[in-house]
Order: sequence, then structure tokens, then C-alpha cells
Amino acid sequence: MNWLSRPVSDIQITHGSRLWLYIVSGLIMMFLVVPTLIVIPMSFSDSQYLEFPPRVWSVRWYDNYFGSPEWMTATWVSVRAALLTVVVTTPVATLAAYGLSVSNLKASRWIFILLITPMMVPVILIAIGIFFAYAKLNLNNSMFGLVLAHSVLALPMCLIVISAGLKSYDMNQELVARSLGASRVKAFLVITLPQIRFSVISGALLAFVVSFDEVIVALFITGGEISTITRSMFLALRDQIDPTIASISTVLIMVTTLALVLTQVFGQSDSP
Amino acid sequence: MADALNARELRQDEWREKLAMFGLSLPALVLVFAIIVVPVGWLFWLSLFNDEGVLSLSNYTRMFDSKSYTRIFITTFKVSILTTVFCVLISYPFSYFLSQLPKRWAAIGLFTVLLPFWTSLLVRTYAWLVVLQRKGLVNEWGIELGLWDQPLKLAHNLNGTLVGMVHIMLPFMVLPLYASMRAINADYVKAASNLGANPTRAFWLVFFPLSLPGLLAGMVVVFVLCLGFFVTPAVLGGGKVIMVSMKIETLIDLFFNFGTASALGVVLMILTLAVLFLAHRLLRLDKILGERGA
Repeated sequence: MNWLSRPVSDIQITHGSRLWLYIVSGLIMMFLVVPTLIVIPMSFSDSQYLEFPPRVWSVRWYDNYFGSPEWMTATWVSVRAALLTVVVTTPVATLAAYGLSVSNLKASRWIFILLITPMMVPVILIAIGIFFAYAKLNLNNSMFGLVLAHSVLALPMCLIVISAGLKSYDMNQELVARSLGASRVKAFLVITLPQIRFSVISGALLAFVVSFDEVIVALFITGGEISTITRSMFLALRDQIDPTIASISTVLIMVTTLALVLTQVFGQSDSP
Repeated sequence: MADALNARELRQDEWREKLAMFGLSLPALVLVFAIIVVPVGWLFWLSLFNDEGVLSLSNYTRMFDSKSYTRIFITTFKVSILTTVFCVLISYPFSYFLSQLPKRWAAIGLFTVLLPFWTSLLVRTYAWLVVLQRKGLVNEWGIELGLWDQPLKLAHNLNGTLVGMVHIMLPFMVLPLYASMRAINADYVKAASNLGANPTRAFWLVFFPLSLPGLLAGMVVVFVLCLGFFVTPAVLGGGKVIMVSMKIETLIDLFFNFGTASALGVVLMILTLAVLFLAHRLLRLDKILGERGA
């Protein structure tokens, strides 16, 4: 039997009458993926105006990126800020998620909502608020200030992921450990944490990505030596288009794809 | 007697323990208070003073009197509404397609949603600039193929902004929509067919209403995120699309005018929270109606 006239499922509709849906969806998938991926071959073009396909291949824009002290400094600032953000946010979010889930008071729900406000307040308002407060405290252009700001921005996502992980965890196991003589801390570290570790790792990865990708707050509160790579990219994009950005973008796409694959692997093992 | 005492002790013990556990959220609370609540509260306070430092609402009344501010709010709403509409039109058939596939194939389809979702916002905005600009891919190819003679104005205006924003917002719409469509029991649609509905009728009367909660959730998220958007319109709009966030940035960057900027920010926040609150009530209502119906 011809595939087109075969029914899709138990209802009468055939693949043939759904052909338009398959074509439209294929186009949408291309719309989603192609514009980002096309940057990769274009970044190897030799011309000032990036071409596809490149007439002459070269790595000059990569030389530009890896050879420039400014871009390298900015990259390391971003990497350090993101790693420190993970170090601050993950334990804070884990403690909060655990505390709110165990205490289970009426107030816990409200505290949860308060803790995810950084996700609901417009980022621009947060940015100028922090900029203003940091100006009084002399914290602008400091790694410490940047990490604090990014930690707050990363907190909601991290908290939501870890709370979701705790929801499917049976707290009675911890009670068993404690009734057998383990202290609360030991019971948490030995029994609970290993079982929610995938959610905690996902939360940590999310915190890294939120910090690494953040532009607006960094635009206001950093500058000079402490300028993040996304801030430098944004300023470069707004003024003139430097093809070096294509090579930086390619590196970033590689990094995020790796992170995505990692979360897929961890996410898969989290659900039984 | 002893039992009652014991019970009281136990209750106190439990209460003490709950409070101690509750205290574990303290570091997070301190962080949010110090970095979000206090600075934003401070800005709100600043917005209540005029340029001479006198308590007044002039920062707010200015928004309604001045044509330029009205225009900025209209642009913001126009861009947000258009982006949401395009996202719905693209996401619905696509999510439906994914929800009809076997799970294994759907996972591959979802990868095309997750890849851009995880890619840096700035990288995606840059990619669209490369594709859409005057000497970009679309124009180069269009002219080479003889489809048009002059480079089309695709970037540095509203068109470019919309294309970029729809691309960036699509995952926020597809993911909740797909989840709600997956949760629909296929037997309902089969039952409708069995009772004589043709596929179109079964879809509109059974499938579509059941997918509405996911659709609404996606629309709210997309609309709210659009309201506060900054990076994409700043890069792809070429100065022709001024949204509220961009005006705030200019006010601080060029004029160091915290009063006016804060007032704009506060209005933006209230609009955002109002949409979220309304959506919360609406979706709740939906749930109640659903339970009553079942």
C-alpha cells in the first residue's frame, strides 16, 4: 500500500492529507536551526563580508579572536564569573529548595514566589537598580559584584529545577537514615543528595549558562578590565559588524551544544 | 495528663524543626533582598522625585503627556503582540506535528527547538544580522537568482526585529504547547471520530480546546518576555525600533536621569506583573472549570 494513502493512526486521516503539515514543520525546523548553524562555515571565510559558501577559506577571524588580548580577557572574565556563579548559586538554591520542601509551611509557597521574582521583574530594572546600589557601595566593575548579581539572576531557574527533583524524592528515606542514627546533615549528604544529584547538576549547568549569556546587567555594572564577553560582543555589534564575532559565535555554539548534550544525558538518567 | 504534655512537647519540637528547616532558605532570601528588592525599591523611591528633588509624580505624568513616550509604549506593545501572534501561528502546527510523532522521533524534532534555546541570545541575534543585512545572505542570493534587483531592507528595522524576536521566542511557545498536546489522551479524538466527527471537526471540538492551557501559558511567557526585551531590538532594530527597555538604557547611559528611567522601569514592571497575575487567574479559572466539567 502507498505510504501517502495509509492512515496516520486509528483515525481516518492519511499521511497524504497531512503532507502539508510535514512540509510546514520541515520548514520551521530549518528556520529554527539553519540561521545559527550557517554562522559556523561563514566564520571560516576570508572576506571582510562573510560569505556562504566562503570563496576562500581561512582562519583569520579565529586568529583575530585568540590573538586579541581584549577578547581573551573578556572571555576569561565570563568563564570565571560563570563558574563562581555556579559555586554561589547551586548550594544556596539547594538549601532553599530543601528547606522549603521539608518545612512545608504556608509561608513556604510565598517565599518560593519571592525567590523566583528575579525571573519576573524586567531585567533592565534590575540592571539599573544594581548599578545604582553598587555605585553607592563602590562595587561596580568588580568580579565580586558581578558574581553576586549573576547569582541572583540564576537563582530562580536553579531553584525550580532542584525543587522539581525533590518533589519526586521520597523524604521518608532520610527519616529512616536518621532513625538508624545518622545526623540530619549526614542523612542529607549520604541519602538525599546522591538521589537528587541530576537535578542539582542540571541546576548548576543552568546557572552557568544564565551567567555566561547575560548581557544587560553586565552592560551596566562592568567595564574596563572586568568586561564580560557578551558585553563586548553587544557593544561591537551595535557599533560595527566585526567578522571576529562570527568566530566567537562558533566557539560559543560548540560550548552550548556540548552543555545541551550533557543535560540530555543527565536528564535521561534522572527519570527512571 | 502525661500524654497531653507529651503531645505538646512533640508539637513544639515539630514546629521548631520546621522553623529550622525554613531557615535554610535564608541565604537565598538575603541574596534576593539585597540585590533585587532593596535596589528596585530604592529606584521606586527615586522615581517619586522630580528633577529639583521635590516629591512629585511628574516622572509618571510625563509619560502620558509626552508624545515620544506614548510612541515608545505603542512600539513595545506592537512588537510584543506581533511576536506573540507569529509565534502562535508557527508553533501550533509544529507542536501538533511533534505531538503526533512517536516519542523517539519527537525527541529529534525537539532537538531543533532546544539547540537554539540553549544558544546564546547574542549569537542568534548576530546570526540574523548576518543573514538579513544589506549585504547579507538573503539579499546576496535573492539578487543572484534574479528575484529582486535592489537589496531589500530586511535588517535595521521592524522586519528584522520581528524575525529575530520570533526566532528567539519560539522555544518558549513550543515547549509548553508540546507538553500539553502530549498529555491529551488520543482516545478522546478517536471517540469523536467513532461518533461520526470528521477529522477536522474532531480536531476543533476535542483536540484544540484541550490544548488551550498550554497555548495560553506559552503566549503569556512570550508576551511578558517581549515587553522587557532589549538586546535583539537594539541590534536588529537599527535605532528605528525603540522599546521601553532601550529608552531606559539611553536615559541612564546618556543623561544619568535615574528618576525618569526608574519611573519607566516601574511602569514596565507593573505591566509585566499585571499580565502575569491576570494569566494566573485565567489559567486557574480554566483549571476549575475543567475539574467541574470532568
